[in-house]
Amino acid sequence: MSYLEYAVKSTPSGFRKFLYMNWPLTLLLISTASAGFLMLYSVAGGSWTPWAEPQMERFGLGLTVMFIIALVPIWFWRNMSVLAYLGSVALLVFVELFGTIGMGAQRWIDLGFMRLQPSEVMKVTLVMLLAAYYDWLPSHKTSRPLWVLIPVVLIILPTLLVLKQPDLGTSILLLAAGGGLMFLAGVHWAYFAAVIAAVVGLIAAVFNSRGTDWQLLKDYQFRRIDTFLDPSTDPLGAGYHITQSKIALGSGGWNGRGFMQGTQSRLNFLPEKHTDFIFTTLAEEFGFVGGTTLLTLYALILVFCMVTALATKDRFSSLVTLGIALNFFLFFAVNMSMVMGMAPVVGVPLPMVSYGGSAMLVLMAAFGIVQSAHIHRPR
Amino acid sequence: MKQRKPKSEGLAYKRLPRRALLLGGLQAVFIGGLAARMRFMQVEQADEYRLLAEENRINIRLIPPTRGRIYDRNGQIIGQNSPSYRIVIVREDADDVEKVIAKLSELIPLNEDEIERARTEMRRSAPFLPVTLADQVTWEDISKVAVNAPALPGVTPEVGLTRQYPRYEDFAHIVGYVGPVSDYDLSKIEDPEPVLRIPRFQIGKVGLEAKQEIELRGKAGAKRVEVNATGRVMRELDRQEGQPGADLQLSIDADLQQYAQARLAGESAAAVVIDCETGDLRAVASAPSFDPNLFVRGISVADYRALTEDKYRPLANKSVQGTYPPGSTFKMVTALAALEAGVVSPGNTVYCPGHLKVGSRRFHCWKRGGHGTVDLNLSLKRSCDVYYYDVALRVGIDKISDMARTLGLGVKHDIPMSAVADGLAPNQEWKRRAHGQEWLVGDTANASIGQGFMLASPLQLAVMAARIATGRAVTPRLVRSIDGVEQPSGAGEPLGLNSYNMEQVRKAMFSVSNDRRGTAYRSRIIADEFRMAGKTGTSQVRNITKAERAAGVIRNEDLPWERRDHALFVCFAPYDNPKYAVAVVVEHGGGGSTAAAPVARDIMLQALYDGTPPLEAYPVADRERIKEQQKRLEGDKRPKARPDEKDRA
Repeated sequence: MSYLEYAVKSTPSGFRKFLYMNWPLTLLLISTASAGFLMLYSVAGGSWTPWAEPQMERFGLGLTVMFIIALVPIWFWRNMSVLAYLGSVALLVFVELFGTIGMGAQRWIDLGFMRLQPSEVMKVTLVMLLAAYYDWLPSHKTSRPLWVLIPVVLIILPTLLVLKQPDLGTSILLLAAGGGLMFLAGVHWAYFAAVIAAVVGLIAAVFNSRGTDWQLLKDYQFRRIDTFLDPSTDPLGAGYHITQSKIALGSGGWNGRGFMQGTQSRLNFLPEKHTDFIFTTLAEEFGFVGGTTLLTLYALILVFCMVTALATKDRFSSLVTLGIALNFFLFFAVNMSMVMGMAPVVGVPLPMVSYGGSAMLVLMAAFGIVQSAHIHRPR
Repeated sequence: MKQRKPKSEGLAYKRLPRRALLLGGLQAVFIGGLAARMRFMQVEQADEYRLLAEENRINIRLIPPTRGRIYDRNGQIIGQNSPSYRIVIVREDADDVEKVIAKLSELIPLNEDEIERARTEMRRSAPFLPVTLADQVTWEDISKVAVNAPALPGVTPEVGLTRQYPRYEDFAHIVGYVGPVSDYDLSKIEDPEPVLRIPRFQIGKVGLEAKQEIELRGKAGAKRVEVNATGRVMRELDRQEGQPGADLQLSIDADLQQYAQARLAGESAAAVVIDCETGDLRAVASAPSFDPNLFVRGISVADYRALTEDKYRPLANKSVQGTYPPGSTFKMVTALAALEAGVVSPGNTVYCPGHLKVGSRRFHCWKRGGHGTVDLNLSLKRSCDVYYYDVALRVGIDKISDMARTLGLGVKHDIPMSAVADGLAPNQEWKRRAHGQEWLVGDTANASIGQGFMLASPLQLAVMAARIATGRAVTPRLVRSIDGVEQPSGAGEPLGLNSYNMEQVRKAMFSVSNDRRGTAYRSRIIADEFRMAGKTGTSQVRNITKAERAAGVIRNEDLPWERRDHALFVCFAPYDNPKYAVAVVVEHGGGGSTAAAPVARDIMLQALYDGTPPLEAYPVADRERIKEQQKRLEGDKRPKARPDEKDRA
């Protein structure tokens, strides 16, 4: 569908665009971000510095970026998809060559005012490209092997670059998001069955490769898997994170221990309490009630993305919205599973809540595209 | 041209809402799973995790109790807790630990072993925990460190309490000393209290400190503190005060004890002063002694070797732990056994030709020419051996042994000091059990004059003298009160012995030290109200061969020290109303009348006058010499505090 096919006249223009935004989604995003500010204030021991204040500034910036992107018609973003994808791949290559080393991995580019993590950008641009691809691809070719192979290559390329950093967590998320999008686009289920079978085989191979010359994962990745499978084997070493996280979460109980009363986070038993493990603090201080409230906010964000996706007749809009929602889901699902001891510790922050500039900015930009799709939907 | 099918009608497009809902459904299921997991952890298992969180954050720290103090009977301090200074370093404040240690070692002497131990400790412990670099630092060194504080980042002086014995050598054997708990100590205690696990916690190692450890130690308090993940204390949650150790008051008179120690100085000797009325031990001296403070600080190898290699054995507590053949001091026991059994009466006589043939062996009297006709009084006064051989053979060893036990020999007295000796009052059954041999009449003859198997400690001899003096089963008491609670007195029940017999024995003992011909006449007390009764003893530590006897027994002065006879003396005074009993043993001192009796008399007078006695109490001939001696001992008195301690105060 070329942009000429959009019923341009039926879409709002000028400031009327604001009225047609997906406002429930906007409010939900502001709510979750506010929960994040509160928690960052708490883990800093009741102080707006060093985390809550910069986070608010970034969220302000993110909100602005979202509005700007929302006001630009969706077809512009569709046309930018290829460029955005290529740009992201270039950034990944750049970070591989010149990136800043952090936590043993080359992950970000220091822009001075913030650290840009190309792999975060990649998650969105990959979804955009695939959505554009399936928008362009005639429907009957969707399941033809050649036309299936092309998106697979488009997914694998950035995945390998991210894996090289090495960032196992994000590369798995890229694979999942890309695969999810292909599934949504209607690729025949048999392909997925085959891939799942292959993945099971690969996992077996990975475990068998341990200790051999062709070891597929780094030692620290194996150790993380080991401690995930049995945290008690190393309670003060690598399993410490998971054990302490579970203690904090469980000790929250029904109501939690009260705002700023969480002993586990206050006394530094929790690692990375302002980033990856911030949900633990929330669950410790606000208990089951607080935890499920945040979970409900997240679920509602997904629901309103779904509303946008099903309300539009534009295929690109639907796919990109669902892809972004899927990314968002994977984000918090992996993080929460991790802090609850259901997944290995991979460095995935909690979306909108964890301290961190680039992840939030990229997410807000992505939601800007969702908003744009909502505003500019064919009516 | 075939019209292009609208995309909205393509198969893939139709699939989209379906697949979106399917994927959305999967997501919903997963979110439900997360919520369920959260519910499980936060509702079902909440208590368990709450407990773990509390365990994480709450640490229980023990507050060591203050050790009870030890006083003498007049409230003079014997064992106290004095502030001790140590120098600690906090790694995170020190920056370059090695540089700081090097700088510190220029200022004050540091022990290389201790520094090495501190380094190891620092490697293991959290950077904010203080590690001791030097312990028991003098006040002078502390001020040096304080003045140079800016150049020594992370180094701070700390003050703690340590045991201190202000009477130095005087009470080393009675009170003993404390030291840091060792692994060996812990292994001996079943289920040790947690407070013992505090590093360098001091517990009693020997003597009263060890025997009354539980009372002196008190109960540890505890505080609950909140710690963070690295163990740093964030705040104190609550605190439960412990109970300080109980103060002990001894029956000992510190001044008398000091006099006794000083009087024994130069000899390897022991003296015990017991109160005849209450059993209170007024002095339990053993010479030479040692400074218990050395052990508290951790004694150096050289000092320790000097103590162990000294042939006078300063570490041995001869007063209660050392046992000696009581020699002639035992003759009262033999006499009383015979009198009680009725085999002889005080007036009966025995002829002493200088020896008595017992079985095939000839037993000699110490006087070669013999004493002639001897009755009870004369036999004690002149210490005739043959009289005792004779009556002992008539009464038999078992009755003598029983009498010894009645009078407190061969039985262990229950006082809280280390290694209190049982002594030995042998009988027929004992020899069968211990040696697998039959008791021989010769053994009885030996036993009758306190030789052979017979063994007694100075404490037992003092108890014997007190029992003879009072006719009551006086038992020694060392601790007068614990935490102000009076301990049972040792006055004892009447022994049930015939009072006429007892009177005759006492009368004979009186003549020992008051009759011109008595063996201890030269060590008599002149003061009328304090007349003393006593008995000398000289116990052989070697056999005198027939050849030597024929050639004339070698005089003690001509023998090497360790082969000379032990000198003993037991006494009580005043004779008509006994107040104190004293026993003195001078190891290898020679004759009891020359080596032991004067010492016992001097100590007795000191006790009776509760201080330096007037010269009028002494025989006229001795007064000049005694005056000199008093002056010397007065000068000998150790200063109460040593120069370096004065500096600290």
